[in-house]
Amino acid sequence: MSIELRNVSKAFGGVSAVNNVSFSIQDGELIALLGPSGGGKTTVLRMIAGLEMPSSGDVFIRGQRMNDISVQQRNIGFVFQNYALFKNMTVFKNIAFGLKIKKWKRQEIQERITELLELFGLQGLENRYPHQLSGGQRQRVAIARALAPKPSVLLLDEPFGAVDAKIRQELREWLVTLHHELNVTTVFVTHDQEEALEVSDRIVIISGGRLVQIGTPREVYDQPANEFVARFIGVMNVLETEVREGLARVGELEFPAPDQPNGQKMRIGFRPYAVQVSSDLTAFRYHAVLRRTFFLGVLLRLELELPSGLIVRTRMTKEEYSVQGLEDGKEVSFQIRQFRVLATETATLLPESDVEYQPPPVLGENI
Amino acid sequence: MATPPPDPPHSDSLTSKAESAPTLQRNRRDSANEKSRRGTEESPLVKWVLISVAMGFSIIFLFVPLVNVFAQALAKGFAYYWNSLGHPDSWAAIRLTLLVAVISVPLNVVFGLAAAWAIAKFEFRGKSLLITLIDLPFSVSPVVAGLMFVVLFGLQGFFGGWLRDHDIKIIFAVPGIVLATTFVTFPFVARELIPVMQSTGSEQEQAALTLGASGWQTFWHVTLPSVKWGLVYGIILCNARAMGEFGAVSVVSGHITGLTDTMPLRIEKLYNEYNAPAAFALASLLALLALLTLALKTFLEWKQKRQHDRAQNH
Amino acid sequence: MGFTLFYLTALVLIPFAALIIRTLGMSWADFWHLATTDRALAAYRLTFGASLMAATANAVFGSLLAWVLVRYEFPGRRLVDAMVDFPFALPTAVAGLTLANLFAPNGWFGSFLVPLGIRGAFTPLGVVIALTFVGLPFVVRTLQPVLENLEPEIEEAAATLGSSRLRTFLTILAPTLFPPVLTGFALAFARAVGEFGSVVFISGNLPYKTEIAPYLIIMRLEEYDYTGAIALAVVLLSFSFVFLGAINVLEQWSGRYQK
Repeated sequence: MSIELRNVSKAFGGVSAVNNVSFSIQDGELIALLGPSGGGKTTVLRMIAGLEMPSSGDVFIRGQRMNDISVQQRNIGFVFQNYALFKNMTVFKNIAFGLKIKKWKRQEIQERITELLELFGLQGLENRYPHQLSGGQRQRVAIARALAPKPSVLLLDEPFGAVDAKIRQELREWLVTLHHELNVTTVFVTHDQEEALEVSDRIVIISGGRLVQIGTPREVYDQPANEFVARFIGVMNVLETEVREGLARVGELEFPAPDQPNGQKMRIGFRPYAVQVSSDLTAFRYHAVLRRTFFLGVLLRLELELPSGLIVRTRMTKEEYSVQGLEDGKEVSFQIRQFRVLATETATLLPESDVEYQPPPVLGENI
Repeated sequence: MATPPPDPPHSDSLTSKAESAPTLQRNRRDSANEKSRRGTEESPLVKWVLISVAMGFSIIFLFVPLVNVFAQALAKGFAYYWNSLGHPDSWAAIRLTLLVAVISVPLNVVFGLAAAWAIAKFEFRGKSLLITLIDLPFSVSPVVAGLMFVVLFGLQGFFGGWLRDHDIKIIFAVPGIVLATTFVTFPFVARELIPVMQSTGSEQEQAALTLGASGWQTFWHVTLPSVKWGLVYGIILCNARAMGEFGAVSVVSGHITGLTDTMPLRIEKLYNEYNAPAAFALASLLALLALLTLALKTFLEWKQKRQHDRAQNH
Repeated sequence: MGFTLFYLTALVLIPFAALIIRTLGMSWADFWHLATTDRALAAYRLTFGASLMAATANAVFGSLLAWVLVRYEFPGRRLVDAMVDFPFALPTAVAGLTLANLFAPNGWFGSFLVPLGIRGAFTPLGVVIALTFVGLPFVVRTLQPVLENLEPEIEEAAATLGSSRLRTFLTILAPTLFPPVLTGFALAFARAVGEFGSVVFISGNLPYKTEIAPYLIIMRLEEYDYTGAIALAVVLLSFSFVFLGAINVLEQWSGRYQK
């Protein structure tokens, strides 16, 4: 067990920021702390680091209770959102800082830094100052500096928040590779669900200061603990329906709802990939007009408008789109293969149900 | 109705549930805080030693001298205080000081506006030279500033002969005092305005011009309102310095009691005549002016900060 | 634009030109003789020496004051913060008057200090005290914004790497804070060298002992020794310009690690 939080709460001036959070992280795991902004995830990370002290509850690192141990003594590596590089020091001195404090020998420092510069692709930059580096380079220096003293855990606060989209993608892949090579327990904070799904071994979802769900990317995607997670992870169509004669209805759409009384209100959600579209009007039971197509790259986002005015969102590959001969304004037929009851008046989040039998979709794209 | 959410929504219900528990944990929380100190703060001992030293220094150098002014002024009682203020020579000094401020401050306001406008909104050669020139009176000893006017207008000065022939007195007369004061105080308004004007940029003015406003209308309705607090701040600083200027005025005034003595000069004279309570009585007026200036400045900063915060929140 | 130039010309350039033409009218030997009389040298020594000491005191206490005002919360903080500008706002004559009174043998400070042998009034120490008062806001006001804009993460980063508070201060903060302190020091020093009003009250203006250079200029004027006054003024002026340049260089240097 690398990190464990037991009933940890934190209040700032009487305002609760983190409320009774418990979870544990195994050695060598790569964990994402995911949640909306202001939800308390950064506070959790800072409490693990010792930059904040819990108002109540305990933090353990490698089985040792950390509450009374100052940040200096915790042997953690922390990477700040804005990197917080020492402006008055070169790259070399930045990375060497922690080693000098731990009283490493000159020779060892030199070797360690050479090793890190190579690992991080920073060779030749050791005598530059932070203001002479690109955003991506600064990011790597910050991580190298945190890792230099061989910390027992690496903590990153929104590590990809401050770089532009293209470098972001590279850094993500690079972080996974790095984690693979070093195998140091890593926790990073992000508000980007796509990032969390792509990079992490497990995701800890925190919202409103509470732990909402912890699980592998697949688990939180396929078996969200509640409506919040279901809607936060990935895109979802959400419909307010009303039950009549065992069917939850809204507009033209009907979802099987056996055992539900007439007049019951139900909120129903389904992922875009669960919508199957065909230009053959006889292929599926529902008809709609393809109102707009958004180009996202390999994938296209389609907005279907039903005669009643309902809007359904779906996605489709470029190839399929052209094979089907689709274009804006064209009439199509579609079906919804899977859906989930998000909430009724009496219950929340029922398990996913198939409308008709279809092989389960493969989680390939993060849609 | 059916509206697929464009973004993952923030769950309100979850947030509100999170507020309920903390009261029970109060005692535990407080004890935890006592034990654990963040590693990024000084120890309380260091902190309070630093605060005490800093406060001691500011009490000795800021507060005691201020209190002393009023204590000495009233040392011989209120009646004496009023009488010494009412003394014809002191009263003349007060009037002269006000007159000088009334002339030189508006002059510098107009100049400050024009100079700041030129510097902030236009690019031209010699701009940095202009900025340096504006800063010059800050870096010149006031005595040297006064001397420059003596060299120019004094009896042995460049225009001295011509002025005497035409019976115009500048040095050892009111015009000289006004000139010297204006020189010493003229950077204040410009310096306050330049950064404000630069930071507002010229988009707003360009927008006004595209909407058909004339240059003058643009200045009056767009530029001036956006810099008004900087302007007010510049004016109060300029005024405080104009009323309190000593060195430069001392050189050009000639110290003619009742005629060319400003308040600071009168204070010196009374002090040299060993009439300390009367000197302090006049000084107390200037100290009040300084306090008023500080109060206004603090108020303006507070107001600006609040405006800034409000702009951030929206 | 035209008005700006006219105003500047009338108020700044012409007087300056007058002074310079007058100086050029002197022979070098005359100038040198007038600018380096024994009395003038004594006045320079006092002016620059006292200014240096006052600026140093301000660098130390001003830095401390700025740190305390930015970093700590304590009763009276806002009042002190506002009062830091008091020496800017208070006419120098009033400052000189009250300081002279405080340090006189029967004054509030003097009655304690004089029996201990510390004489503030009519001594070079008095000059230092007056100049310290006058220069107090400079270091505080140049350092304060820099301290406020320091990212807390920098110090936290040092802490996560195991650095003690003192070490963080010495290795991370001090190098960042040194340039603004130096700038403030230079500003306070430049102001002190030209200062007149506050000093004349407390120093007693004894030739060779407590007479500062600006006062000597006035003495020369009162003796109608214009050329003598001008020679001294030119020395002070040249010093101001050299210093102005140095401050500009300093400010650029402090910005070198910023983006």
